[in-house]
Amino acid sequence: MRIELEKRANPSTFYSILSPFLALGLTVIAGGIMFALLGKSPGSALYSFFIEPLLDVWSLHEIAIKAAPLILIGVGLSVCYRSNNWNIGAEGQFIAGAIAGSIVPVVFHDWHSSLVLPLMLIFGMVGGALYAGVPAFLKAHMNTNEILTSLMLVYIAQLFLDWLVRGPWRSPDAYNFPVTRDFAPEAILPELVSSGRANLGFAFAIIAAVALWVMMRYTLKGFEITVLGQSERAGRFAGFSSKRMIWFSMLLSGALAGLAGISEVSGTIGKLQPIISPGYGFTAIIVAFLGRLNPLGIIAAGLFLALTYVGGEAVQLTLTVSDKVTRVFQGLLLFFVLSCDTLIQYKIRLVFSRLTRGNEGAL
Amino acid sequence: MSAVGASGGRPLLAVRSLTKLFGSFAACNGIDLDIQPGEIHALLGENGAGKSTLVKMLFGVLAPTSGEILWKGESVRIPSPGAARRLGIGMVFQHFSLFEALTVAENIALSLSPGISLSKVAEEASRLSHLYGLPLDPKAHVADLSVGERQRIEIVRALLQNPELIILDEPTSVLTPQEADRLFETLAKLKAEGRSVLYISHRLEEVQRICDRATVLRHGKVTGACDPRKETPASLARMMVGSDVASVSAAGTNTKGDVLLEARHLSVPARTPFAVALKNVCLKVRGGEVLAIAGVAGNGQGELFDALSGEYPVADASAVSVRGRAAGNLGITARRLMGAGFVPEERHGHAAVPGLPLSDNLVLARNQSDRRTFLSGGILGIIRRAVVNIASRRISETMDVRKSGEDPAAGSLSGGNLQKYIVGRELDRQPAVLIVNQPTWGVDAGAASRIRQALVDLAKSGSAVLVISQDLDEIFEVATEIAVISEGRLSDAYPARELTREKIGLLMGGMYGKTEEAAHAH
Repeated sequence: MRIELEKRANPSTFYSILSPFLALGLTVIAGGIMFALLGKSPGSALYSFFIEPLLDVWSLHEIAIKAAPLILIGVGLSVCYRSNNWNIGAEGQFIAGAIAGSIVPVVFHDWHSSLVLPLMLIFGMVGGALYAGVPAFLKAHMNTNEILTSLMLVYIAQLFLDWLVRGPWRSPDAYNFPVTRDFAPEAILPELVSSGRANLGFAFAIIAAVALWVMMRYTLKGFEITVLGQSERAGRFAGFSSKRMIWFSMLLSGALAGLAGISEVSGTIGKLQPIISPGYGFTAIIVAFLGRLNPLGIIAAGLFLALTYVGGEAVQLTLTVSDKVTRVFQGLLLFFVLSCDTLIQYKIRLVFSRLTRGNEGAL
Repeated sequence: MSAVGASGGRPLLAVRSLTKLFGSFAACNGIDLDIQPGEIHALLGENGAGKSTLVKMLFGVLAPTSGEILWKGESVRIPSPGAARRLGIGMVFQHFSLFEALTVAENIALSLSPGISLSKVAEEASRLSHLYGLPLDPKAHVADLSVGERQRIEIVRALLQNPELIILDEPTSVLTPQEADRLFETLAKLKAEGRSVLYISHRLEEVQRICDRATVLRHGKVTGACDPRKETPASLARMMVGSDVASVSAAGTNTKGDVLLEARHLSVPARTPFAVALKNVCLKVRGGEVLAIAGVAGNGQGELFDALSGEYPVADASAVSVRGRAAGNLGITARRLMGAGFVPEERHGHAAVPGLPLSDNLVLARNQSDRRTFLSGGILGIIRRAVVNIASRRISETMDVRKSGEDPAAGSLSGGNLQKYIVGRELDRQPAVLIVNQPTWGVDAGAASRIRQALVDLAKSGSAVLVISQDLDEIFEVATEIAVISEGRLSDAYPARELTREKIGLLMGGMYGKTEEAAHAH
């Protein structure tokens, strides 16, 4: 017996729209089972995971704070993935952007000017883009697999940041703690509204998502991305260059990840420290796929994944379960999204084939 | 019950109401077929008629949905190619399954049960190949062999199993006329030994020449069974197509315009180890001319198209010129802007993106040449959907593209209809130069005649048309001039009226270049 995936002639449009919601439902059910197995009441656990954070202004701000980098990185990645460039190293580009953007407030901490913040943001984008430029260069000119190179560069970025904050950039006033000096007030990203901590980073995310949505939907550039992603040869026939597309998509997603990095450091943390991200760069991959690689979908997906971070912290406090619950939920979600998509495109068939010998006997 | 009056005796292979469904689509619908021992039986039909599906079921590659296969009168199930071979059925596929980096003997050994020594395989293979007039060097690497020689490997591989029935799928589509003649001699030998041959083709002359009986398929059904020698090509074609095919009225222009497309000493090294290098290719196409480049598959046609289209530009700017301007080092977009249009061989994933709608596939080829019409917003490059849709509809109407819905995905169209759209997409621009690679490959006869007529009409209106084709019938239908490509070298061009099939065959066989023999052989 073997299992065959048979491509459906007409995949249902209805179900492909429904797919992310089906996946959400299945994730909630699987999560409920998981809580029950942990000996917690599924109902109240799911309530404090998914509902409670929505009822409180403070946690709504937290959701916006966590959604901002997810959306920014996710929309950049969606462009990469649509063009068939598999940038897995957004986490590294996020850190590279954070480091590059922090040069101004850390190294030139005596310089006070209203130019500090814009410069930081530009440096952050350039840093993230340059860091994504490494796998782009390797793929475009050496034919290297970008999945491996971009992923490995994540660990280099993490260790480099660790070395910086313990070594040359360590604050003289922090009693040997591995942190840089606190950013000056003009280096802090302003808050969005007065009711809480959510900062301009969320606005950047929404602007980027809408801009990329317009690009993908209405412009020749978006068309070029789609064509090259589906068939490189047809793209060449159209006069598009897949090499240039490698550079474009990697630099764009790197710049957005870098912007997310410096926004996080400047708006939320206020200094550099060894760990500046709970895996935003990796979670954004889930966000991109949950949002069906559509920038507007990614806004919704980013908000939802942000909820899993906040909800995860909440159940950790109220039910004393491990903080790994968040990662489990995110993993389940990605699994269900991909499975639903597969089953919409294909149907499963069990093939029972008799042994060939059986029928030779007839001769 | 059989559609064919059995010519006495028990058939070797009989097929009864064999049906294969893909979803709700019946690729084969209630097929009946009898093959007698020692006959060459033709299976005729256009592309998409269900021939390949039928033989795949006979060879155990596909499982029938319903119906029965009888081997020597007994009902059998054929679950795998291995089972088919054990029954005594051998098959030579249209697309060879050979490893180019291995030798002939190694390739043959791969299909046999393990444990047979390579030297023994080589010995047996060369014995068989001599016996059947299929000369082969067992130690040669497949990459160095011509397509005709590769086919011999496949035939010898099938013969090693001592089959009683050999299935050949479009065997001559890749052969020169001379190579095809040699194949027919081999088939006659097989027949004389009492083996049966199921010969799949859409070439009527061949079928009339070598086959004893023919079964004709159309849309997955048997539409006729006959003795092909008693039919005319026209009556066979009617059975295949279901109606009379419009004949193309050839280009009759005498007024020669300026040279619009020229290649001067165009040489391109092979991009991959198994690609063909172009060697010193020279050609000229004037306005009003259709230059057809004949040649057996894999002799540099694709590479020539790539170099002429600018998908892979060359360093020497003067190697290619379009309307008198050097373009060798320019890309495809620049050449389009100079007035050239292109139709590549592969429809899916080269000429069109199958997953995108037709209107998007229009933008694919014309995003720069029609920039002013199709795009707005300056540097933003916003696609004007309404304008594109109108143009797309115009192309569909002009070329009679049959499709479901207003703007379906390119991949949902049949080969012929998609090809009509792809050709129409270029014609719609009235290009001064049109370069087409295999214009009607895998296209039904009705669409093929429509496309050929359109190419001829374009030339009549003063454009230069270059057609690269493996189909000699097509070449004689459309060409005013003919040249032949062989191993990356292009022969001189001759006026189409002065060339015969035999002479083209000689040129295909490698008598390229400025040879006197070719010119005098006339």
